[in-house]
Amino acid sequence: MNKINSIRKDWSLIETLIAEDRKILDIGCGDGGLMEQLENNRNAITHGIELNRDLAANAIARGFNVVHGNAELDLSQYSNNSFDYVILSQTLQAMMKPKDILSELLRIGSKAIVSFPNFGHWKIRLQLLISGKMPVTESLPYTWYDTPNIHFFTIKDFLNLCNEMNIVIEKSIGLTSKGKQFDISESITGVNFFTHEAIFLLSYKNFEPIKIKSSKKVFAKNSVIAN
Amino acid sequence: MKTKFTTDTKLESEIAYFENINLKLESGDIIDSFKLAFKTYGKLNADKTNAILVCHALTGDQYVAGNNPITGREGWWSRMVGPNKPIDTNKFFVICSNVLGGCAGSTGPKELQNGSDVAYGGNFPSVTIKDMVKAQSLLIESLNIEKLFSVIGGSMGAMQTLQWAIDFPDKILNIIHIAGALKHSAQNIAFHEVGRQAIMTDPIWKNGKYFENNEVPERGLSVARMIAHITYLSENAMHRKFGRKLQSRDIISFGFDADFQVESYLRYQGKSFVERFDANSYLFLTRAMDYFDHDETFRKNIEFSHNPNNHLKYLIVSFTSDWLFPTIESKMIVNQLNSLSREVSFLEIDTDKGHDSFLLEEPQLDDVIKGFLTNNFVKIDE
Repeated sequence: MNKINSIRKDWSLIETLIAEDRKILDIGCGDGGLMEQLENNRNAITHGIELNRDLAANAIARGFNVVHGNAELDLSQYSNNSFDYVILSQTLQAMMKPKDILSELLRIGSKAIVSFPNFGHWKIRLQLLISGKMPVTESLPYTWYDTPNIHFFTIKDFLNLCNEMNIVIEKSIGLTSKGKQFDISESITGVNFFTHEAIFLLSYKNFEPIKIKSSKKVFAKNSVIAN
Repeated sequence: MKTKFTTDTKLESEIAYFENINLKLESGDIIDSFKLAFKTYGKLNADKTNAILVCHALTGDQYVAGNNPITGREGWWSRMVGPNKPIDTNKFFVICSNVLGGCAGSTGPKELQNGSDVAYGGNFPSVTIKDMVKAQSLLIESLNIEKLFSVIGGSMGAMQTLQWAIDFPDKILNIIHIAGALKHSAQNIAFHEVGRQAIMTDPIWKNGKYFENNEVPERGLSVARMIAHITYLSENAMHRKFGRKLQSRDIISFGFDADFQVESYLRYQGKSFVERFDANSYLFLTRAMDYFDHDETFRKNIEFSHNPNNHLKYLIVSFTSDWLFPTIESKMIVNQLNSLSREVSFLEIDTDKGHDSFLLEEPQLDDVIKGFLTNNFVKIDE
């Protein structure tokens, strides 16, 4: 699969995880391609964040609600539980603090969708084993010194982190390098070996929205509203 | 509300008269009657859904596009507004009015006080951004437009767009806020104060009564403009444009002539400004900007508004080299709107042209304004 096809495939799988008429935040939304797809096919209300200026400008000019900014700095502005889904497609490995981002996703959204290339894929293992050099593959096409991907992890690593953070994996989809799709949770042996890319639908255990805002509202209404 | 409309042939502008309307200003003062000079471009459609209000900046006027008869030059945003321009007058009906307190035909310090043959001068009541917007809303009402599709402005115009979102959200669908802020910062107030002091310490100013002797405090006003003009540029832009190049000479004069091109340029800016702008108006309008402050109140005003405002869309734009209204100020607006889950878009445009970028050639600004308007208009048209 080439890069564009792989993104398209990623998007269409993400779409299958999303219900109709939901509010969605797409982190690293590019020029709004996934947002457009979800608005058209899922009747979604979409918001996006994009770090790249030109892509953000394109998305805005295409009529999408997009904030030009850095997710690692700007996610804190969103209120708790203000989206139904927060999507992080193919970006977690490029984040400075992936764990913080993951907890932010599930603070802002009732559910999070995270997709990433699996560093545990056999081709990558084999490359490192045989050549002794950092692997360069279709899904991780950069050399070590100019890669935006600064945190490499495998499906096993990700599952361990979710467990540690009390995150529930509601659905998980794996893709082989040939684009074959399977359910990660049902395929126990060799998953980490054969999965090229993985997509997870996440939530917190018995997640109840934290309602800090209500008391604040009462306070504000009685005091400083007149201006 | 009955409003009288006339056309001022000398100004080439429409004038709306609001008589016995007792406009209560934020200061508590009341203006019983006032007039607004305005221009319109394009055609209002049958459903009246395509009206856009453009709000001008501190020294702007109603001549947003086409020819400006006062300066003899093109309108101040003619590169943005017109047929097939980003704000396309083939599609939209664009209205631009001279602000209350201005000096291009609207009621302001240089106009005659009601029922007298003396100009207001320094006796003009203090006006605020809120007052300007209130007057604009009366104009829109008198034009029988229930809802504006968009309110657009840069700098002081951006302040007005925010004020529209706060005061009249039910009368608009979106705002485009360029190079603005929730508040006028201490540094900005400081620059304005230096400008005002330049005017008020000019012996010709005479507490704002210079017009009684047909005089103009030219020196003070031009110095005020020179200072302000520096704040509209950036160090890089100034260096690129002028460097240390000398003006009409090969060697320095060892005197205080305008040796450098940048001096000559500023002197020219000051001089030409005096010919088109009233000194008292400059005092009142800079003050209106200084008083603008929604830092503490904006979020609450949007969250607890009496008028529903959930439908509003916001486009916020800033420029990397704008040190008068830096990006951080725009981001504060974006943060607050995002914390309320509002439909907001934000772009910081990379340019070295400083605060004035919104008036200059910036293709990315054109693209986002055009795209934002076109795509959102399609959505309401469906």
